[in-house]
Amino acid sequence: MKNKFFKWLSLPYIIWSVGFIIIPLIMVFYFGLTNKNGSFTFSNITSIALPVHFKSLLIALLLSLISTIICLLLSYPLAMILSNMKSGNNKLMILVFVLPMWMNFLLRTLAWQTLLENEGVINTIFRFVHLPALKIINTPYAIVFGMIYNFLPFMVLPIYNVLCKIDKNLLNAARDLGANEVQTFLKVTLPLSVPGIISGITMVFIPALTTFVISDLLGGSKILLIGNVIEQEFTLNSNWHLGSGLSIVLMLFIVISMIISVIFDKDGEGSAL
Amino acid sequence: MANVLKKIYTALIFIFLYAPMVVLIVLSFNASKSRSKWGGFTFKWYANLFSDSSIMEALGTTLLLALLSAFISTFIGTIAAISIMSFKKGMRTLMIGITNIPMLNAEIVTGISLMLLFIFFNVKFGFTTILLAHITFNIPYVILSVLPRIKQLNPSAYEAAMDLGASPFKAFMKVVFPDILPGVFSGMLMAFTMSIDDFIITHFTKGAGVDTLSTKIYSQVRKGIDPKMYALSSIIFITVLILLILVNLLPNAGKSSSHTKK
Amino acid sequence: MSNKLINLENISKSYDNHLVLDEMNLYIRENEFVTLLGPSGCGKTTTLRILGGFESPDTGRVIFDGKDITKMPAYKRQLNTVFQKYALFTHMNIAENIAFGLKIKNKSKSYINDKIKYALKLVNLEGYENRMPDSLSGGQQQRIAIARAIVNEPKVLLLDEPLGALDLKLRQDMQYELIRLKNELGITFIYVTHDQEEALTMSDTIVVMNQGYIQQIGTPEMIYNEPENAFVADFIGDSNIIDSIMIRDELVEILGTKFACVDKGFGENVHVDVVIRPEDIELVAPEDGTIQGEVTHIIFKGVHYEMEVMANGFEWLVHSTKMFPVGEKVGIKVDPFNIQIMNKPESEDEEAVQIEE
Repeated sequence: MKNKFFKWLSLPYIIWSVGFIIIPLIMVFYFGLTNKNGSFTFSNITSIALPVHFKSLLIALLLSLISTIICLLLSYPLAMILSNMKSGNNKLMILVFVLPMWMNFLLRTLAWQTLLENEGVINTIFRFVHLPALKIINTPYAIVFGMIYNFLPFMVLPIYNVLCKIDKNLLNAARDLGANEVQTFLKVTLPLSVPGIISGITMVFIPALTTFVISDLLGGSKILLIGNVIEQEFTLNSNWHLGSGLSIVLMLFIVISMIISVIFDKDGEGSAL
Repeated sequence: MANVLKKIYTALIFIFLYAPMVVLIVLSFNASKSRSKWGGFTFKWYANLFSDSSIMEALGTTLLLALLSAFISTFIGTIAAISIMSFKKGMRTLMIGITNIPMLNAEIVTGISLMLLFIFFNVKFGFTTILLAHITFNIPYVILSVLPRIKQLNPSAYEAAMDLGASPFKAFMKVVFPDILPGVFSGMLMAFTMSIDDFIITHFTKGAGVDTLSTKIYSQVRKGIDPKMYALSSIIFITVLILLILVNLLPNAGKSSSHTKK
Repeated sequence: MSNKLINLENISKSYDNHLVLDEMNLYIRENEFVTLLGPSGCGKTTTLRILGGFESPDTGRVIFDGKDITKMPAYKRQLNTVFQKYALFTHMNIAENIAFGLKIKNKSKSYINDKIKYALKLVNLEGYENRMPDSLSGGQQQRIAIARAIVNEPKVLLLDEPLGALDLKLRQDMQYELIRLKNELGITFIYVTHDQEEALTMSDTIVVMNQGYIQQIGTPEMIYNEPENAFVADFIGDSNIIDSIMIRDELVEILGTKFACVDKGFGENVHVDVVIRPEDIELVAPEDGTIQGEVTHIIFKGVHYEMEVMANGFEWLVHSTKMFPVGEKVGIKVDPFNIQIMNKPESEDEEAVQIEE
């Protein structure tokens, strides 16, 4: 389909992405590197070193890292089970994970308050079977919980997709050559699923690191993540310059994740048709 | 034994994923306004839902936004995807790289960057700014859903159509487009879903006076959620669930008709 | 002789600085079955795509029926193509596939229906109108692809390795089918393949190509019996290609032994290549042979035995219905008519002409 006509078809998209992706990102840098008078400054960026900002960044990094690891540990076995199901219908799987999106994301997260509260559903059940009550609402644990809940599908789906694509004969070949189940997994399945794992990690880590909603809803507004700080600079304090400066710091982590995911994304667009 | 464990594990994860849905549906029948106390069974939130003009307005805004942004992004995204495949490798990689930015970037950064754009160019915040933002984050979903379909295309089919006398445009419409249509539809559905579920980007690009369901709910978090919202969410969720079950029970309903039409 | 229908003049084409066709000249007569034969990458498919209008040559002209069609887009050409992997439209049934070109030309419904019936009958698939392409076997899909092309009454049918995806038995059946179709339709077939057997079976004319050059054009018999160079000899069938010296007209020294031959005009004491087909070598008692050797390998091939005979430092490939066990001393005899003398390649370029597959 090499045709000049087709090349022109991307013009609207090129214009759109310059106008609404590239220029807005330049705006972030413009505002982040200037002060209210419009003169150049690094102070918005260096303000990340202020204890209150730095603490929020550290907490966000810590909580999102923990959530990402737990998501990975929970997702991998699930993805393996699902990919081995005979009736493994790819479309249905995606639907099952997309379906909750039709219930509002804020309400879904708020529902965990009802479930996790000191007198909530889970604790009622726990008391009934004489387990100690969970006191996690309005703590960092609740935020981790909310992150895992919201982002788990983003970890499961890429790993599931990669696992489904592995040629079952490779596993048979490994067994044929004398590898046991564990060796087959470690030497064949796991290395082949690395692209899925990497893409899952970036898809969980970035939204977890940058969230302000989950901490808002489940952390009882006591715990500020870097996302909360930025959001407040924009909506409460209208200090777009400071908010942009902190966003640039945040983007540093995003860019690192992106680079990692691009390096591992051999399936993506490296290959010519 | 291992199989039982696998089933239990899978079931636990799905309980984890779907427990909040159950909670919300239960809350929609709760006579008490509290999220943690059961005040008896009631239908009143459902009954009052449709007469609540502010919720209905937010619903209307949400749906209109989702429809418009899904249509526009599907159009721009589909023709862009077709075009991307006709580019040389380097340019193609660049285009797909740019496409990936809104997908991989944090929503908060996308949100504030658009907010800054509108501030800088003095665009009045309102429905239009939200729509522009939604189209922006929806296009990548469409492109990434159409691209694999285009890659799978048999390039000879397009050439065969031209060989048989079809002009490039006709060959495209008659042979290429029907083949990528499923990708176009799933991209549009994805875009629609993402638009309905979005809160963060809308939060930064909406002006005062315009609300989607998401932003309305967020504004109620501190003072307490209006239980009518639970009712509305339950209705939407159940409707989608039923639609999906119907579509999956009748998997050939769409296919067979497309063969016979001329 | 019928007139020239297609004329390719000085066609060159390169992709990313890699020359695929170099100043190619070729004409094709009306009602001819022409096969472009060569290893992959020899330029045969590019030639076909230039004819079909899917590629445009960097230089040169394509003349069709006296008119220059070099710049004419594919959809305006009076040629139709049968693609390598059939390229049936999977979302249309068989009738819709066949009707595609006719509908574009706004033919009447009854005309189209007649044509579909006629085409399906021609390819022996009557009653398949409402089937979907996916439900057909490879051979059936191939027939539909042919039917879809011929209903448009092209003057030329281009076939791009159409039998490549079929298994051996089906391929052989389809070869006869194609010859029959060609005779019934009375149009020109231009056929691309890397399979020498296909080419020899079906063609009126074979064009052997390699690395963007035409190596030889001729009837199957000419190509097989009188290959013009080592590449053609090697590519078409098995052969013994031996470095030799032409002593004088009708006498050649092969591996130090003088053989009578029938070729003339190469000069005296000139280095040449000699081609001897394995079936043209006669194994006799050692004392009756021109040279003597020893059988080193033997394989039973059904119709004949394939043997290798070591003689004068060269492994001779021999096909014979008579069996000589390994280790047996034999004599080699060759009829002068079966010794084919070829000039050595003159340049490095031609030297590079080797089979790469």
